Amino acid sequence: MTVLEQPQVKEGVDQETVDAVREIGTYKHGWETDIETEYAPKGLTADIVRLISEKNNEPEWMTDWRLQAYERWLQVNEPSWAMVNYPQIDFQDQYYYARPKSMENKPKSLDEVDPKLLATYEKLGIPLKEQMLLAGVETDETSAVENRKVAVDAVFDSVSVGTTFQAELKKAGVIFCSFSEAVQEHPDLVQKYLGSVVPMSDNYYATLNSAVFSDGSFVYVPENVRCPMELSTYFRINAENTGQFERTLIIAAKGAYVSYLEGCTAPQRDTSQLHAAVVEIVAEEDAEVKYSTVQNWYPGDENGIGGIFNFVTKRADCRGDRAKVMWTQVETGSAVTWKYPSCILRGNEAQGEFYSIAITNNYQQADTGTKMVHLGRNTRSRIVSKGISAGQAQNTYRGLVSMHPRAQSSRNYTQCDSLLIGDKCGAHTVPYIEVKNNSSRVEHEATTSKVDEDQLFYCRARGMDEEEAVALVVNGFCKDVLQELPMEFAMEAQQLVAISLEGSVG
Amino acid sequence: MTLSPRIQEITSRRLNDLVLPTGGWSSEARSAALNRVQSLGLPSNRDEYWKFTPPETLTTAQVPPASLFVDVDESPVFGNIDRLKLVFVDGVFDAAASDQLALENVTIERLGESKDRDDHWGREVYGVLEQSGQVPVARPLAALNTAFATDGILIHVRGTPSKPINLVYVHSNETSDAILHHVIKVNPGAECTILESGPAAARFNKCMEIDIADGGALHHVRAQGRDHERRAATHMFARVAANALFKSFTLTVNGRLTRNEIFVELLGRNSMAHVAGACVGDGDFHHDDTVFVTHAAEDCKSRQVFKKVLRNGATGVFQGKILVKPDAQKTDGYQISQSLLLDGDSQFLAKPELEIYADDVACSHGSTSGAIDEGELFYLRARGIEQAEATDLLTLAFLNEAVSEIDNEELADEIQSRLAAWLMRHRPS
Repeated sequence: MTVLEQPQVKEGVDQETVDAVREIGTYKHGWETDIETEYAPKGLTADIVRLISEKNNEPEWMTDWRLQAYERWLQVNEPSWAMVNYPQIDFQDQYYYARPKSMENKPKSLDEVDPKLLATYEKLGIPLKEQMLLAGVETDETSAVENRKVAVDAVFDSVSVGTTFQAELKKAGVIFCSFSEAVQEHPDLVQKYLGSVVPMSDNYYATLNSAVFSDGSFVYVPENVRCPMELSTYFRINAENTGQFERTLIIAAKGAYVSYLEGCTAPQRDTSQLHAAVVEIVAEEDAEVKYSTVQNWYPGDENGIGGIFNFVTKRADCRGDRAKVMWTQVETGSAVTWKYPSCILRGNEAQGEFYSIAITNNYQQADTGTKMVHLGRNTRSRIVSKGISAGQAQNTYRGLVSMHPRAQSSRNYTQCDSLLIGDKCGAHTVPYIEVKNNSSRVEHEATTSKVDEDQLFYCRARGMDEEEAVALVVNGFCKDVLQELPMEFAMEAQQLVAISLEGSVG
Repeated sequence: MTLSPRIQEITSRRLNDLVLPTGGWSSEARSAALNRVQSLGLPSNRDEYWKFTPPETLTTAQVPPASLFVDVDESPVFGNIDRLKLVFVDGVFDAAASDQLALENVTIERLGESKDRDDHWGREVYGVLEQSGQVPVARPLAALNTAFATDGILIHVRGTPSKPINLVYVHSNETSDAILHHVIKVNPGAECTILESGPAAARFNKCMEIDIADGGALHHVRAQGRDHERRAATHMFARVAANALFKSFTLTVNGRLTRNEIFVELLGRNSMAHVAGACVGDGDFHHDDTVFVTHAAEDCKSRQVFKKVLRNGATGVFQGKILVKPDAQKTDGYQISQSLLLDGDSQFLAKPELEIYADDVACSHGSTSGAIDEGELFYLRARGIEQAEATDLLTLAFLNEAVSEIDNEELADEIQSRLAAWLMRHRPS
């Protein structure tokens, strides 16, 4: 970023430090893979919807479902209630389908995948070779089994490139594959659960997604199975002027457990790009799903040019008694974020948790939060949201806690803290609280403040420069959430927190 | 923005039968307000700002009838307080029942009384504060009030009067539809207390604009009438200059529908606003406190304290917002809204908002809802206190945090004793 192009180097600071600062101060994933891409024609019509369906070789019911969503989409209006401003999106000036040409004939295994694609993921630090561990430490296969493994589904523009560890997961009974594959292999499951948590008519972007989603991940963990490894999807937007619409469906049957990670990046471009995803989670009786996101889409440059518009609908349905879903998100990217991962606590004693860090810098805008809908008895929910706003950014927490009359003896605790760095940014809190029975307790707390001068002074007195000190204080501020992340993500998130705030101080 | 046909219909149906008072210094403000209400449209149930409170009965052309509540078991509120009494019966000033409009350091006039004076001070306030309160959220019922108010009081506070001014609202007609608009101007360094009491009418639309100059102070204590079937939509717009103070407390006990909106702008350095409310609802009762405090200057303080006790299907609503503008550094903003649900049928709906554009601020809000603490109840019961009495004690303690926002002890005691008496009479048998 240009802010750091001509740094005023203080005496005694060597070039290496300057370079290091410059390096971490830039969006690291802004490069683009030069790969031949096949596009569907620009714009959105019923024909495009049919084309996407055809490309995925979908059965008729799937095509019809999409077309129904498309008809619905034509009738609904874009929501305007969020505290975000962005230029009118021309939905006809987008590509709705893009796939690397080499994916035309689906490769049967990862060995057949275009090496350029594999290299892309390698460069992003996402190893698609099964024997490698996420931390990048190479070991032989025997010890790898004992170590923590992560199965990855890599989605490149509109298609899934490949999924690792499928064989091993299959042994455990877990289905983890791309969505398009699931439609072919497990149509009964897809038909049963698709749209059952986020109906196609849910909201403008979810409806759009239902019509044009091209791929995504599908997870099914059968009864009483503890998924033997973490599952992960890595989304990469590469093609220009292309919207990415992925759909994730996670089903945890009775007593199952799964931890799922999601990561996203995109090249640096002057034009904004659209990303509208839908994630549906079904948790049956005693099931537990942990969903962690590190969202690092390209945020635009320091003047607010370019960046991803991120309009995402994520919802979990805790259908069975004692089901538990936990959302953890670190939102550092995107020019505009509109995202409310929610939990419907339908089963008795179901639990929902939401931990969020949203960092906005420069001209980024984030309107994010959660909905906890308590329907069952003795349901519990916990919301911890940390918003950090710097530069000219606007950061909004918007949430709903609803206790229905039947949700006797339920409990909610909400904490929303906002931190402001600089006097041109904004931090907002918009919680909705609806309590319809008296045996439940609902508590909501929110604070807004600036970085504590005493804490900064303490760090500075110990020889840290201001930027480092702010990063440390902010990391401390986010600790409650960071510690909820799986270890690999926590490390990355901690670094991201520091990087996202580069250039915001001084 | 064009209004939907539905809103147009609601609006024109309501405006059709109303007559715009003409002539005098307020006429310009009135026609401007009429334009405002026509372009904003009256609220409907699809309005985000009316998400929790159904506005239909407040916007119909016909007033939903409200039978009179015969109050035999209680003396009038503020009856024992030395005050200047101004009485309105169904929204019309009753000179015979009122005291003389004379109090030292204060000028009191009826709205419309000196309407031909073109240089009247009221011009600078009437409809002006209301208009500035239409942004960022529209309050069309207040614009309707400015346009069509049939009566009201203009109070110019030049110094510090020795006693409070009590606006007493009497309800005597089952289909009365009262629109009152009061204007209060507080000179620099002056200080005054305004009391309001009574149900006013079957349907009451009241607007009060309060302009407080440098170093001035206005204390406002209100006890809304206990008529079970009355409906009310009230607005208070306060503009607070440097070093000035605005304090308001509202007690609401029953009423079918109450929507109290308070809009305060802290415009001068080191100014302060405290708004508080206690409400007790029993049965078919819907009470809504909607508060919007804007910090537009440095070093200002604001507090919002709202407590609601609800039972037998009562609904309590709180929508509070603190807006801190970019230059309002060193802001101290606090907001708490709590409800005590005495049974499983009642509900509490809240939307406590913060919108902050300055970095050197300390703002916080909290909101809780729950039943009476079993542990506390057990403690009192173990000391030989009856269940009903123990419940009342805990309820009073809960409400007291809001009542103690009133500075004047005599007034605070008056409110406290009303609450205690009401709870005692309404003990579940």
